This record gives sequence, C-alpha cells and structure tokens, in this order.
Amino acid sequence: MLELENVTKVYRVGAFGKGSLRAVDRACFSIGPGEVCSLIGESGSGKSTLGKMILKLSPVSSGTIRFEEEDITTISSTKQLKEYYRKVQGVFQDPFSSFNPIFKADRVFHIIHREFFPKVADQDWEKRVHDSLRSVGINPGEVLHKFPHQLSGGQLQRLLIARALLLDVKVLVADEIISMLDASTRIDVLNLLALLKKKGLCVLFITHDLSLGYYISDKAVILYKGVVVETGTTDAVFLNPVHPYTRKLLKAVPRLDMKWEDVELEAPRGEIPELFIPGETPGACTLQQIHEGHFVAVPGGE
Amino acid sequence: MPEKKVEEKKERKKNELLYFAFRNVKLLIGFVILVFFLLVAIFGPMFVQYEPLDYAGPGYRSPSAEFWLGTTTFGQDVYAQFVYGLRSSFLVGLLGGGVATLVGLLVGFFAGYKGGWPDEVLMMITNIMMVIPTVALLIIIAAYLPYRGVVIQGIIIGLTAWPWTARAVRAQTFSLKQREFVSLARISGSRPLSIIIEEIAPNMLSYVFMVFILQFGGSILAAVALDFIGLGPTRGVSLGLMMQNAVLWNAIQLRMWWWIIPPGLAITLIVSALYFMNTGLDEVFNPKLREM
Amino acid sequence: MALKLDHLKVYYQTLHGQVKALDDISLQLKDGEILGVAGESGCGKSTLSNALILLKPPMRFISGEVYLDGEKVPIEEYQKMVAFRFKKISIIPQYAMNAMNPTVKIGRYIQDLLLVRGETPEKVFPELKRRLKLVELSESILDLFPIELSGGMKQRMVMVIATLLNPSLLIADEITSALDVSTQKAVSEMLVEFRNRGFVKSIIFVTHDVSVLYQIADRIFIMYAGKFAEIGPTQTVIHHSRHPYTGMLVQAMPEVGIRYEKQPLTGIPGQPPLLLHPPEGCRFKDRCPFAYGRCNQVPPQTQISEGHEVACWKEVEKDA
Repeated sequence: MLELENVTKVYRVGAFGKGSLRAVDRACFSIGPGEVCSLIGESGSGKSTLGKMILKLSPVSSGTIRFEEEDITTISSTKQLKEYYRKVQGVFQDPFSSFNPIFKADRVFHIIHREFFPKVADQDWEKRVHDSLRSVGINPGEVLHKFPHQLSGGQLQRLLIARALLLDVKVLVADEIISMLDASTRIDVLNLLALLKKKGLCVLFITHDLSLGYYISDKAVILYKGVVVETGTTDAVFLNPVHPYTRKLLKAVPRLDMKWEDVELEAPRGEIPELFIPGETPGACTLQQIHEGHFVAVPGGE
Repeated sequence: MPEKKVEEKKERKKNELLYFAFRNVKLLIGFVILVFFLLVAIFGPMFVQYEPLDYAGPGYRSPSAEFWLGTTTFGQDVYAQFVYGLRSSFLVGLLGGGVATLVGLLVGFFAGYKGGWPDEVLMMITNIMMVIPTVALLIIIAAYLPYRGVVIQGIIIGLTAWPWTARAVRAQTFSLKQREFVSLARISGSRPLSIIIEEIAPNMLSYVFMVFILQFGGSILAAVALDFIGLGPTRGVSLGLMMQNAVLWNAIQLRMWWWIIPPGLAITLIVSALYFMNTGLDEVFNPKLREM
Repeated sequence: MALKLDHLKVYYQTLHGQVKALDDISLQLKDGEILGVAGESGCGKSTLSNALILLKPPMRFISGEVYLDGEKVPIEEYQKMVAFRFKKISIIPQYAMNAMNPTVKIGRYIQDLLLVRGETPEKVFPELKRRLKLVELSESILDLFPIELSGGMKQRMVMVIATLLNPSLLIADEITSALDVSTQKAVSEMLVEFRNRGFVKSIIFVTHDVSVLYQIADRIFIMYAGKFAEIGPTQTVIHHSRHPYTGMLVQAMPEVGIRYEKQPLTGIPGQPPLLLHPPEGCRFKDRCPFAYGRCNQVPPQTQISEGHEVACWKEVEKDA
C-alpha cells in the first residue's frame, strides 16, 4: 500500500546554508493493507520528518514514496493533492495545538465538508459526522459545538481520528498521538486504532515508546539518526533484537515486573552479519534479511 | 458519568476579556486620556469663533474669557488652532498607522508563510528600509513634494514605518505556521491564502491591534517632527506647526506659555496614553501577565 | 523523619473561584527515601512540588503544616522560605534543560547563584568539580555557555547544580517526561546515585510514568484529583494495591510482551473531576466500579501495614 524507497531528507543549516543535516538517510520500508507499522525512534531520529514527508507537509530531498503503486513525491497540483489526502491522513502529537483555539472544535469537520464533499447536503453531512464520532466511541452531543479547551486530550485525539474517517482514508499517519494523553485514556485511543486496523485501515504509528509499539503493531521499524537500523515483524524485532541500538532501547524500557539491572536480553539468534552503526560505520548502508521478515542495516549500497 | 457544568465558553471568554479590560488600570487611564482628546478634537471646533489662521484680536494676549487659550503673536486664536490641530494630528495618526499596518501585514504574512526566496527578498527590502533613517527619508520626500497636505503626510509616514510591523508579523506568522492546526488545514486541502486568512490572521488579531496602536502614536510623533522643522502641511494647522511657530516667534522667551505648552502637552499626553493602553492591552490579551 | 506533611491544603485562586488542587494531604518521608509521586494530569502532583518550594500566586496556602527534619517549613511565607530554598529544599524543574541562563557562562552562573545564597564560591567549587567528574562531565564545561551543551549534558549539569549544597530534600518534577528511554534510564539512575552518595538525603520524584517509579522509588504515592489515594512500598503499590484507582492505573499500562490481540487492556472510563467544584466525598467514586453509598463521604486515610496507607472505604470496612 505504502512503500518508501531510499527516502532522504537533507536540511540546510548554518550561515548561508553552507552546512547540511541529514535528518533521514535512505529510509526503506513498506506497509501493507490492514497493517499497523510502528516507526520507533528517539527524538532527533527523523521519525517525525518521515511522517511529514509521507503527508507531503515537507518535500522529499531524494528517494520515492509510492502509494498504491504511484509515486507521490512529485505530485503538486491542488487537485492531485486533494486526491491524495482523501486516502492518506494524519493525526498529530499535541491535541490542543491541532485545533485553532479561536474556533469551535467541530470546525475541522466543516473544512472537510467544504473541501471534499461540497455537494453533500448539510443534514446528510451532519449524520455522517455523528456516525463517524460514534464509531470512535464519542457521544456526538458531548463534543459538538464546544471549544477545544472545553474537551479533554483524549476526546480531541478521537475527534481527529473521526475526522480522518470521514474521508476514504486508507493510511493514517499517527505521529506520537498518545504521548500527551493521560495513562487512563491512552489505552482507549490505542484500542481504537487496533479496532480500525481490523476494518482494513493501515496505520503508521510513530512513537518513541516501545511498549505502545509492541501493543498494537504488526511491523516495527527502528530508526536511529535518520537510518533504518532494524525492521521486521514486531515479534521478530522485539523478541530477537539484533542491532545494538535496538538492544539498548529494549534494555532501557522501564518495566513493571523487572528492574533495569535484572533485564537480560538473549543473544541474537541466527547468523549475524557485520552491522552498520550510524555515526560510526563510514559509507552507506542497506538492509539485509537475516530471517524471514527480519531485516537489519549492514554496510553497503551507494 | 460525571456532571459537567458547561457554559458557552465563547461568551465567557469575551466577558473575561472585557472584565480584565475594565480592571486594568493602565488601559483605563490611557483610554480615558485618549477619549478626552478625541472628544476635544471632534467637538472642540464647534465652539470656535475664529478661523485658526485668521486675525482674531490683539496679539500676545494670555488666556481669557474671550480667547480660551489666548492669542498668538499675530493675534490668532490659539484655541482654534489647538482644536483643529488636534484633528489633523489624529488624522495623520490614523492614516500613518493604517498604511504602516496594512503594508506591514501584507509583507509580513507573505514572507512568513512562503518562506524561502520570497522571504529572503522581502526581508532584504525590509531591512534596508529599517536601516535608512526615517526622518531623513521623510525630510527628503517632504522637501520634494510641491504641496503638502495632512493626508500626504500621513501616507508617506506610513510608507516609512511599515518595516517594523512587517518584521513582527513575519515572526508571528512563522511561529503560527508551525502549529499543528496549520498542518491539519494543509492536509485538509486548504489553499495557502485561505490558511493565512482563516487560520493564522485571526490568531494575530490582538497582536495586530496592539501594533496598530503603536504605529498610530509613532505617526503622530513623526508628523510633529516634520512639522517642527518646517516640513509640515503647507496649508492648514497642526500641533507640530503650532509648536514650530511658537518657537520661531520666541514664545518661550516672551513667556507665552499658552501658545507652546498646550500643543506639546497634548502630544505628550496622547502618545503616552497610547503606549499605556498598549501595555495594558498586553496584559488583557495575555493571561499569563494578569495579576489576580 | 525527613519530611512530614500534615493536612496540607493549597488551592489556586482563579476568576471563577478556588480550584482545590491539593486537598488535605498528609504523608511522611523517611530519611534517605525516594518517594515517587504519581497521578494523571490535574491530580495535584505539580502543585505539591511547587508548593513545597515556591508558593506564589495564583497558588494560595490554605492550611496544614510542613516539617523538614523536625523543623517547621513556612511555605506560605515567601521571604522566610529563602533560607530553605536551594540549601535545604531544592528542585529540578521539568524543562531543566532550559533552566540555565543562556547568556552567562555556566561557571559564572553557578558563582552568582552561590553568592546570592550567601555561600562562598571558592569553598564550594572544589566539591562542584568532584561532582562533575562523577557525572562524567569535564571541568571545562564551566567555561561554556549552555547552548554549547547537548540535551543530556544540560540535564546532568542542572542535576549537579540543584544538589550542590547537599539539600535535605530534592524535588524532581517530571524530569524524565521529555526524555528518550535511554536518557531516562541514565537520569533516573543518576538520581539514585546522588542519594546513595549522600548528595541529597531524600527525594520526591514526581512523574506520570509509574514504570519509571517501579525502577527507582522506594515508596510510591498515588494522587487523584488533589486527594490522597494510596501510598506504600513500590512492590506493594504496583502488585498488591488496595485502592481501585491504583489497580486500574497499573492495569492500563502497556508493556513489551503485551499485545492487543492476546491481552487487550482497558483504560479507566470517564475523566477526573474538575476541581473548581469537586464532588462530595471520594473524588474517584464516579469512575470506580466498587463505589457504593458510603463513598459520598471523604474516606479516611487508613493504615494497612507499615508504610502502606489507603484512602478507600472498602478498606475501612474490611478492618472494622
């Protein structure tokens, strides 16, 4: 459904833009229909940049992003963009920043109505909105006609998911949508995503929290300094981590059943080739398969 | 389900703004002073018996029942000059402030939202204009004009004052552009222009309002400066012109306080009132600055 | 007894009335203990950490007493607290990375800080250098501006500064919330190291992330909507809690090893009450599956065992 090939993002920094910063370096991964893929990385890893590139909020420096076999990195006309946004949508990290504070919260639905469904009558549209809200577990009466600051973070995030569902969305980019929510509401939003996955929605779940990634995803992509260091099915990556960075992350996750000093990871199983460490190994890297559905970064490629 | 008492928060918010507005001392003082002078400017001329530049009576007279602010060296009615002068000062402030704010908004929004090359070019122009001494520029332009009226004066002042607004608007636009509701509008298919008008601009209203007030005051001051050095309106009267004439004709040495002090005091008070209001408004709009 | 809070009440004065952010909190902290304070947004934990060191408007002290090492702490009197701040009670604020003055070199910043507190920099600097070494920062850092340091280095620097005068009580206010997993682990372990070496006597660690508390806290204090819910040894609170809220909170935490398909977790339905006009009695009753008639009265703080207390009616009934 969504395929990234050698996607790179280079920023110009410094006086007169002389220097350059590689935020994302030749990232490759793909998401199939009905799959939840976790894009896991710490801050500065480039995960948000990738999300923005997929949502066409930031241009790609090089590489291709294919959606339904079509290269979307080159589309630019408003008409083409709208067609794309009909199927690919996003929800962002800060629910309170995602709403314009001077308007009511349901304005986000008005915009969709105006831009994508101008011919739909108001009453029909209202019914659609109500149905969408109920499908994300919100009682319409509780949220319509209210201002964003009158609602909770969890309600706002669900509102935004409902908004995406009004379109014919196939891929949802969820950029750290849980991190600003309370512990008791996080699970509700996560469960909602898992439910939508069952209905065929693809989710790119961007997060720094491995436990959340493990909970709902089928696939995991571990990003370090802009490079995909390990990727594969969730169980493969989490239960048999190969790359030292992945192992470091898994060791550092605070658990509720074991202290840090007691956490012991098994040695990686299988034949392990020489690995590519971003920032240490010179040159380029490429992904090599080490098991069925399990890839890790090795030196190579151009 | 927990009961939540929810009122129409927008009503509350509006009322909250007004509540704080009325409690804010600086805003109140500034507003009262401004309104006072505004009323004098509007209604004052109704009580004028003589035209400001006409010979009204014997000169050098101090304030009396007939001439409320005395007469000038030439026997002109100072009161008449004062109230008409107030009018032209307000007019110049409005025009200058308006033009500066409008041009600044256009440049700032465009540069801030587009970024990249348009931003670089516009900022270069803005910076150059900022560096050129405004007064010198005004002097040159004013000296070249064959005829100077209050309206022209206001416009040229506005055209030299916009860089300040442009920079501020651009900075605000930049920061608002990063907010996630702008990203959301983009992935909803909104066009850049409608994003600027619908999403960004309304969030800057309070800021723009405050900037306009500053520009208003600044324009009045710039006009006075021009008038004082002799580049004021070729016809008509203004507070700055009054001061210029008074100084030219030795009002200070001759102890004609009624000629020089009222215009000077009026300008000081009006501009101070505007700055007061601005500080007060900052507190009203920004909840973090409010005192409980 | 390092810290003792006795029926502490601190409210916020707002336009619409008083927000009862901290309502009748009593607890005791032993010497050398790391107490984790956990709860969701709006529970009062930030109010607690701020009230103990910098109580200023819109916060209002209502009633209660605070004792540190047997001495009464006048948190309601801003001026009198000057003697306590930094020397006896210190805080690492949430965005510690931005806590240093960006226009001043770090060494100079610390010097000014010490002078203001009436200390002689010359006497303290040798110890400062020793501690820098401990957290693996070189001495040359004192000649740098904050902007020249990385995020992790700034965090460590702020931790060293905050504990420079060996305070009796250190408050860490959400210091790991904005950090990545590996930095989180390093910072939390450093905190324990500081306590072990005696740089601080006791620590109050405020966070919403209970799993970090499991790793380093000796006891955990759970707050809900400004009220006391449960306090107890870490193992007890996590695995054998008695308060329904604690239990549901721990249940709602995903972990590596738990997948939705095999073991779906449930959140806690509803939201915490608004504290402007909080409900009568137990504030959790509207979301609690065990709520019954008695919950309309405020449940008393009951001791279950040594160091383990709960504020829940069903625990009271049990022992009655």
